[in-house]
Amino acid sequence: MMSKTLLIEAVSVQNWTYILVGVTFAIYIGIAIWSRASSTKEFYVAGGGVSPWANGMATAADWMSAASFIGMAGIISFAGYDGAVYLMGWTGGYVLLALLLAPYLRKFGKFTVPDFIGDRYYSDTARIVAVICALLVSFTYVAGQMRGVGIVFSRFLEVDINTGVIIGMLIVLFYAVLGGMKGITYTQVAQYCVLIFAFMVPAIFISIQMTGNPVPQLGFGGELADGSGTYLLDKLDGLSTELGFAEYTEGSKSLIDVFAITLALMVGTAGLPHVIVRFFTVKRVKDARKSAGIALLLIAVLYTTAPAVAVFARTNMIETVSNQPYSDVPQWFKKWETTGLITFTDKNNDGLIQYVADEAQNELVVDRDIMVLANPEIANLPNWVIALVAAGGLAAALSTAAGLLLVISSSVSHDVIKKVYNPNISEKGELIAARISAVGAVCVAGYFGINPPDFVAAVVALAFGLAAASFFPAIVLGIFYKRMNKEGAVAGMVVGIGIMLYYIVKYKFGWLDDTLPDKNEWWFGISPEGFGAVAMVINFVVSITVMKFTKAPPEEVQEIVENIRIPNGAGEASNH
Amino acid sequence: MTPKEKAKAYWKENIRYVLILLAIWFLVSYGAGILFKDTLNSIRVGGFKLGFWFAQQGSIYVFVILIFVYVRLMNKLDKKYGYDE
Repeated sequence: MMSKTLLIEAVSVQNWTYILVGVTFAIYIGIAIWSRASSTKEFYVAGGGVSPWANGMATAADWMSAASFIGMAGIISFAGYDGAVYLMGWTGGYVLLALLLAPYLRKFGKFTVPDFIGDRYYSDTARIVAVICALLVSFTYVAGQMRGVGIVFSRFLEVDINTGVIIGMLIVLFYAVLGGMKGITYTQVAQYCVLIFAFMVPAIFISIQMTGNPVPQLGFGGELADGSGTYLLDKLDGLSTELGFAEYTEGSKSLIDVFAITLALMVGTAGLPHVIVRFFTVKRVKDARKSAGIALLLIAVLYTTAPAVAVFARTNMIETVSNQPYSDVPQWFKKWETTGLITFTDKNNDGLIQYVADEAQNELVVDRDIMVLANPEIANLPNWVIALVAAGGLAAALSTAAGLLLVISSSVSHDVIKKVYNPNISEKGELIAARISAVGAVCVAGYFGINPPDFVAAVVALAFGLAAASFFPAIVLGIFYKRMNKEGAVAGMVVGIGIMLYYIVKYKFGWLDDTLPDKNEWWFGISPEGFGAVAMVINFVVSITVMKFTKAPPEEVQEIVENIRIPNGAGEASNH
Repeated sequence: MTPKEKAKAYWKENIRYVLILLAIWFLVSYGAGILFKDTLNSIRVGGFKLGFWFAQQGSIYVFVILIFVYVRLMNKLDKKYGYDE
């Protein structure tokens, strides 16, 4: 008779993936049915009574996308120290959010970010500019998520990427359209649990294997478990320099660029509409502050583990393949070779794998995404752990996609239809409009997922840069500078976005010249990824200058500002 | 104090907290993790060079602590001014 462990071993990776993905999807659908939205308030802000912990978990899942889950550790493992721009950039923004934005926007008590911009700057022009920014940011971001869903499906379940995108669309469609923000919030709570478990289990296994320490955050600063007494990071620094790469702990980006990218990502994070709206769903101002803290705490669990995973994976990979005969490579190497994510060309025909920094001699190209996806296989972990990573990747991509789709649909149904086009629309009519826009948004996102525009790689730079260049200054000035008026805010947003788009188009896509301009031509040596920091400063300067030459906002607007600075009496988010 | 004066005094204290906390936010990330990284790297804690540790670990821990400190300070401040609920 087969023992139980043998039985578990016998279930293939693919079957485990079907089981785990099936179970998690069933949970999401169950939650969606249980939490249907019956009013616009439930659809836009989950009824406004979400507890700080539930909101913190939902925010964390909303925030951590396919890029955080699959991409980040891989990027860090190839970038070394430079990877810190993502680690600090995508966490430090929450400090800004908690201290400068969330409590006041909650007190303001409306449904969307364009709501705040439109009311605070008493202008439909400002509202429309804000809607355009929100749509631009959210669509660029969501295209990448749907693609992520497709990729995870295709790699683990061996279906076509497009089929994967369509399955993902149907799931999101179901709970976003049915439940609105309410459905999204509670599925995101479940998705956080799935994704964090899926990320931590392999990390802990590998940390024990390599350093004997079950805490990855400590393990990667510890000694190797092989008894040599060498620190893991020293070993990796040694391996890297031996192969001609920069020392892992040093990095190779310039100081000013590291500074600018970190700042652009932090400010961009604080300005992303799908993150900001999460704070409209809690009951009181103090809950908004607290749930920002909880969200960051839960995000930090993954973000402090990712750099450890990066170091484990990089060391493991170099040791397994470098200078080894190609005929002896392990099974996972062959498997990922068939997907084209690992390619080996034996340039000098010696049958050995030369993995070196010098491109003329390097024979191995490894896609960065593999570092998380293949990590459990590289470390020989059990099949169910490998399948768990697939379920986690899907949870991360779906939760973020749903949050973004809600921003898109509420921008259309609330900010455009209700506030500008037809203010007399009934509650019921608006709810129907919201659902129809959600369906439309899912279809557009799915289209981009199936036919990804060739600029998907630039999505991060673009979405964060635009958020940094538009919303962050307009909202901060709206709260902290009573005299800021509509002329200043609109001018600042338009110039900020304009210059950001120009810079990306010129220096990232190379559409304005025959070839992509060289790095030497970057302004102040700042890359397109970091330019959001410059565009934000320009927005602030333009806003304040224009404001000085135009008249102060009306008395009642100044009263709104005084009112949002006082935390009590937030009441419920309202439609009027 | 009139309600207006009260609101003004509350706001002033709030701004002071925010400025102090943001100064720390800046020092750990842009300071220790970026600008002074090379100097701090000469100090080692276990296998970590200190500048590298701040950039990839330490600053994130400090960010979390900063928000919870702010939550505590503001809850106290709300009570002091009778704005709590």
